Amino acid sequence: MRHSPADNAKSARRISRRALLLAGGQAAFMGVLVLRMRYMQVEQADKYRMLAEENRINIRLIAPARGLIFDRNGVVLAENEQNYRIVMVREDAGDIEATIARLSQLVELDPEALNRAIKEMNKRSPFVPVTIADRLRWEDLARVAVNAPALPGVTPEVGLSRRYPLAEDFAHIVGYVGPVSDYDLSKIDDPDPLLQIPKFQIGKLGVEKRMESRLRGRAGTRRIEVNSAGRVMRELERIEGIPGDDIQLTVDAGLQNFVQARLALTESASAVVMDTQTGDILASGSSPSFDPNKFVRGISVADYRELMDNKFRPMSNKAVQGTYPPGSTYKMVVALAALEEGLADERETITCKGFITVGKRRFHCWKRSGHGVTDMNKGIAESCDVYFYEIARRVGIDKISEMARRFGLGMRHDLPMSGIAAGLVPTKQWKRDKHGAEWLIGDTLNAGIGQGYVLASPLQLAVMTSRLASGREIWPRLIKTINGVETPIRDGGPMGIDPENMRLVLRGMFNVSNSRKGTAYSSRIAEAGMELAGKTGTSQVRNITMAERARGVLKDEDLPWERRDHALFVAYAPFEKPRYAVSVVVEHGGGGSKAAAPVARDILLYALYGGVPPLSAYPASQRKRIGDVLSQLKLRVPEERPVRRVRI
Amino acid sequence: MSYLEYRVQTVPTGWRKILHMNWPVVVLLVAVAGYGFLMLYSIAGGSLQPWAEPQMIRFGAGMVIMFAIAMVPIWFWRNMAGLAYAGTLFLLLLVEFFGVAGMGAQRWIDLGFMRLQPSELAKITLVMILAAYYDWLDEDRISRPLWVLIPLAIILLPSFLVLRQPDLGTAILMMTGGGIMMFLAGVHWLYFAVVLAAGAGLVYAVLASRGTSWQLLNDYQYRRIDTFLDPSNDPLGAGYNITQAKIALGSGGWTGRGFMQGTQSRLNFLPEKQTDFIFTTLAEEFGFVGSVSLLALYALILFFLVISALNNRDRFGALTTLGVAATFFLYFAVNMAMVMGLAPVVGVPLPLVSYGGSAMLVLLAAFGLAQSAHVHRPRGKR
Repeated sequence: MRHSPADNAKSARRISRRALLLAGGQAAFMGVLVLRMRYMQVEQADKYRMLAEENRINIRLIAPARGLIFDRNGVVLAENEQNYRIVMVREDAGDIEATIARLSQLVELDPEALNRAIKEMNKRSPFVPVTIADRLRWEDLARVAVNAPALPGVTPEVGLSRRYPLAEDFAHIVGYVGPVSDYDLSKIDDPDPLLQIPKFQIGKLGVEKRMESRLRGRAGTRRIEVNSAGRVMRELERIEGIPGDDIQLTVDAGLQNFVQARLALTESASAVVMDTQTGDILASGSSPSFDPNKFVRGISVADYRELMDNKFRPMSNKAVQGTYPPGSTYKMVVALAALEEGLADERETITCKGFITVGKRRFHCWKRSGHGVTDMNKGIAESCDVYFYEIARRVGIDKISEMARRFGLGMRHDLPMSGIAAGLVPTKQWKRDKHGAEWLIGDTLNAGIGQGYVLASPLQLAVMTSRLASGREIWPRLIKTINGVETPIRDGGPMGIDPENMRLVLRGMFNVSNSRKGTAYSSRIAEAGMELAGKTGTSQVRNITMAERARGVLKDEDLPWERRDHALFVAYAPFEKPRYAVSVVVEHGGGGSKAAAPVARDILLYALYGGVPPLSAYPASQRKRIGDVLSQLKLRVPEERPVRRVRI
Repeated sequence: MSYLEYRVQTVPTGWRKILHMNWPVVVLLVAVAGYGFLMLYSIAGGSLQPWAEPQMIRFGAGMVIMFAIAMVPIWFWRNMAGLAYAGTLFLLLLVEFFGVAGMGAQRWIDLGFMRLQPSELAKITLVMILAAYYDWLDEDRISRPLWVLIPLAIILLPSFLVLRQPDLGTAILMMTGGGIMMFLAGVHWLYFAVVLAAGAGLVYAVLASRGTSWQLLNDYQYRRIDTFLDPSNDPLGAGYNITQAKIALGSGGWTGRGFMQGTQSRLNFLPEKQTDFIFTTLAEEFGFVGSVSLLALYALILFFLVISALNNRDRFGALTTLGVAATFFLYFAVNMAMVMGLAPVVGVPLPLVSYGGSAMLVLLAAFGLAQSAHVHRPRGKR
């Protein structure tokens, strides 16, 4: 269409005007864009830069090597073992099933664990490595490595896992580690990020648990760059963690092994060996025991059931958790309470007719025929109950209990073991608070022979014996050094007991095993200069009713196991220069002299000789029988005994 | 205006036309495209594949098309405007019935050797038909209601078809582009005031209709609006794209993190980093300086196009050039506003930089029209 020139000119002017208007608008909008860019890229750049860094950088933790645990001579009790495992990456494997089929020809795979691994692999991102076999032998790993080309996506890996080379011997002392659980996390208020690592191993029992904070070490960090899918692109920085502290225990692995082996000849028993000068726990045995390595690996349901159902309670550390009426082993405490109060002395005699009548009740001596004229020395050596009924009645319960506390009974000793029991040393006030009843004279008499309410653990009895032997307020110690730094020995100084009184009681203990009529004469040490001084104890589990007594009391051996008496023995040796104190409790073992004293003697002799004692240390008449007993012991053969290893 | 009005003898002929092309624009186009190649190379982790090389080939093909169109006299293109418009409508209908679904919408026709996106084509044919219409229309009738309704229908027909694909972004861009053409032609401003008021009313209606029986938009479109208004609402879902885009953009700082050093794009945090969000990569790696320089290149292209139009006494030529400039402006302005969080996320590529065939070929063809208008502009005294 043809337009007039005027029309054209007018149109051109208008278009020009509008074009300039539009261009102005566009320029303004671009100005806004520039301002916005300036705002975001210049003013807020730091904020966005930080957000970008947060996007791309992940911080991963590196688990530190857990501190090692040694015995007092440097024998390894807990170590970090190279653990060979096979991991698989889904995206590299291609056909997972074919690869696994090929792998299973090389290595034995646990079908249950394998199923779990496959499930996890399908759930996680395809580039996440998943462990499909754990704790392989070096040969298996080598076979996999050689066949690597046929196994795409499969890589052998080395990690660290906890191992307890002495297994059962130290299960109760050292304990074990296990993967941290939600329950653990809910119970402990510990911000350590390491605990957030899935399946991170923490101490679950014993020293492993109680010394967790020292053993764990500090996490290292790895700053890695990840992409949006979480795939690791590269490592930006690596700060190695600080390994946990090494801990050296006061325990002697050889002695501990001997104690465990000796206790294993009984059904259920425990023993504690202490250094009477330093308070060092040299051994703390509880039998039966269990293999802590099973717990590290993840114990099977069947094995766990078996442990829980066992009536001898292998999981319980009876040396510190078990509390028993101390029986006659309590008599030293009663004697000293009376001597210190001036209510008994060396010369005074009490006539034992086999029982004593207080009020309307008769209190029987273990010896039905009675001990006759009895002084303090005889009272202890022959363990006359009537003598102690009488002096206990004189002293009263509160003075007896005060003396018991001075000897470390009735209190929880602070050692890094699990479930340490406080035991019980009763007072009048205690009975009022606990039972709402008044203390009766009969209660005092029972306490006078370590029965009734009194409860003590083998650990407490060992502490008591150490204090008797040394005359000093010795405190038990389990940790010798942490990272090479000696933990202080706690020694409260002299007991503050008249040396004459102390000598009198110790003389009684010497006669227990060294005078012909002593209750543990058959468990004496024949080697001159090594003689032991001790005290037997038999604590009743049952109450003997009058009806039973009338019928004729059943012999202990005829009772079912659960109702038999506990056998106790506390001792120290050598008498002249005390070095070792030991306490032995054989649960439902019968009489202390028969069941517990021989065990205590064997243990003391091992400690004194620093190895299995020669038969010459035993009385000549017993040597053949003892030889049989010692040959039954399942000791670790020396070749198998691990020597000190350097840190990995 | 018939071709007789052109002083044919003063218009360059043959290969000499090449000398009379708007060369600054050509150079600027190459510069912008080069910027794009650089970014595509960087995003691929320093590799020509899979994006940079195909993009170069397509750009080469696009330049050939641009030159070819520029060689053909502008009056031919004016005469073709109606046919082109009809053809576009036909293709849009074809998409309606036989289109290939991609990203939840029917947008492409598979031609075998390439996928044709008719909605891209529609943007440019709309400019042509409107320019031809106003070239034809007498000056005094421009603002009469009947003569306003005709271009309105011309605009709304293809826009409606695009909206049905559904592609709201392109439909709005087409309507806006058409509106700009009417504005340039000189339609009375009152019409625009009315339309803007109506537009505001429509926005209100759209928002008010949500969740009712007469809901005007799809749910996904509402979600986009939500995300636009507050990306932090849903940082890992619908808001993820825009949140990550802003992080990339902002983290560039003054001079950027360096070529191929952008962590957001290299580590895949950025979505669609090679297409609609490519500007964020550029901003991350070259910073404020890089972003503004790209914007400056765009502005210069606009500048030379407007100068060319102002000096063009041929009404069709001038309107076409301005229309191409406006379309070009809408592309990059909306894309940049989108990645900066100033506009909702609509699928608009960054012209000449984003990876993609149709858009680039169509855009270069449009520049071919502007070049043809420039080469064949009336010369000498009237």
